[in-house]
Amino acid sequence: MKAIITVVGKDRVGIIAAVSAKLAANSVNILDISQTIMHDNFTMMMSVDLAGSSVSLKELKLQLAEIGNAMGLVINMYNEELFNSMHRV
Amino acid sequence: MNQHEVIETLKMIQEEKLDIRTITMGISLRDCADESVKKSCGRIRDKIGRLAGRLAAVGDEIEESYGVPIINKRISVTPISIVAESSATEDYFPFARALEEAARDADVNFIGGFSALVQKGMTPGDRKLMNAIPRALSETERVCSSVNVATSRSGINMDGIRLMGSIIKDIAAATKDRESVGCAKLVVFANAPDDNPFMAGAFHGIGEAEAVINVGISGPGVIKSALEKIKGSDLETVAETIKRTSFKITRVGQLVAREAARRLGIPFGIVDVSLAPTPFVGDSVAYILEEMGLERCGAPGSTAALMLLNDAVKKGGLMASSFVGGLSGAFIPVSEDLGMIEAAEQGALSIEKLEAMTAVCSVGLDMIAVPGDTDADTIAAIIADEAAIGVANNKTTAVRIIPVFGKKAGDFVEFGGLLGRAPVMPVSRFGSSVFIGRGGRIPAPLQSYRN
Repeated sequence: MKAIITVVGKDRVGIIAAVSAKLAANSVNILDISQTIMHDNFTMMMSVDLAGSSVSLKELKLQLAEIGNAMGLVINMYNEELFNSMHRV
Repeated sequence: MNQHEVIETLKMIQEEKLDIRTITMGISLRDCADESVKKSCGRIRDKIGRLAGRLAAVGDEIEESYGVPIINKRISVTPISIVAESSATEDYFPFARALEEAARDADVNFIGGFSALVQKGMTPGDRKLMNAIPRALSETERVCSSVNVATSRSGINMDGIRLMGSIIKDIAAATKDRESVGCAKLVVFANAPDDNPFMAGAFHGIGEAEAVINVGISGPGVIKSALEKIKGSDLETVAETIKRTSFKITRVGQLVAREAARRLGIPFGIVDVSLAPTPFVGDSVAYILEEMGLERCGAPGSTAALMLLNDAVKKGGLMASSFVGGLSGAFIPVSEDLGMIEAAEQGALSIEKLEAMTAVCSVGLDMIAVPGDTDADTIAAIIADEAAIGVANNKTTAVRIIPVFGKKAGDFVEFGGLLGRAPVMPVSRFGSSVFIGRGGRIPAPLQSYRN
């Protein structure tokens, strides 16, 4: 299963490092990253492949939410199929 | 995938209350008939347990996997009048109890199909079922009932309608200590759809497969937010915006329906493209009409605005799903829609205006509280008017009316939960008893005689 992770919040040192380290620790492969600063807000979108993930989707969401809480970020992760079905004919 | 699209989807789910309103499993009970009531009820419980045992769990799994809330998991069954007719009994209440137990075991909040189809006439089984409705709805929690009293091809069964008038009064009396809430679980239909996933009117039609998964979408909040971004634009743009938004909402419904069908190993039936409101903020169909520019829902122009909304929702939905069915359109249940409740309280919305609006939306007079002393013939006459609109316009109409015991016009009633709360609306003080007393059938209209 592929998923889209979004990370939004105030920019600071180490956001990408923290998120990608967590993904690597759980054997989640990052396929693509786009990142920008919009109105002082750090905004990142990641496409990831969960096929080799060592934890369940639910557990991974929890772990990402913990990083979000610790760093003052909003981190969401949704199944990529949801976006594909809504925006692609 | 671009950032804008991802953010739009997240906003729909997190802020605008996009959800899947219901995954409903339709189950045929035609093979559960038996001369013995006990045997028949046993088969009903076994079959529902076997097919729907994993429904609630699979619904939760899909919610977890896609992140889209799935509000209800429900079951619809073959109209019980057909299943029970072979049984040697006068009392059909045990079948309602069997459905209640099956629903409880499957952990679903409603089960629909304590139903009869009497558009042209009544069999002894139909009568027994109708007579059992007051007890079924007052002594069970989860059982929902519906009776189809008219179709465009068969005309209107006025004997059936007269009987329904008095049955509704009986249910109101039987649940008088609970604001007559039993009536909220009964829908009187014209042109009832066979594959409607929404309660209280869901049943598994007789032309349906052994079991099927139907999904009802929702999303009034998403449509309203989309319209907030195009303030002042013309109505063509409004229609186009609703259509596009409806497409996106329905695609999610289609995704969930296919996934539920796959995981349960049961064929996918239809997606019902309906804007189903709830009594909670941000989930109102009335607010969409008001966003279009009406001071209050029910003001002149409401019928036109609703027609635009209903049509654009269908057009967007049809492109998004391979099978669209059920009711599909906009619902206008008074007690279940915050904007409708406010409009009715302020006197902007009358039963007569609602009746006009039902000619252009997907349902009928829905969740309307009327004074407890409204007589059975007046209720029957209200049903007859709705049936006439449905029959003449080849559309589904329905009546879910609650003559609240002991309450008068202007009082307020709390049904609780998704059933919401409603002001008691005044009913015409002029009688229709002689008309209803005539009985018989109203013939099918000219436009139904097609090749």
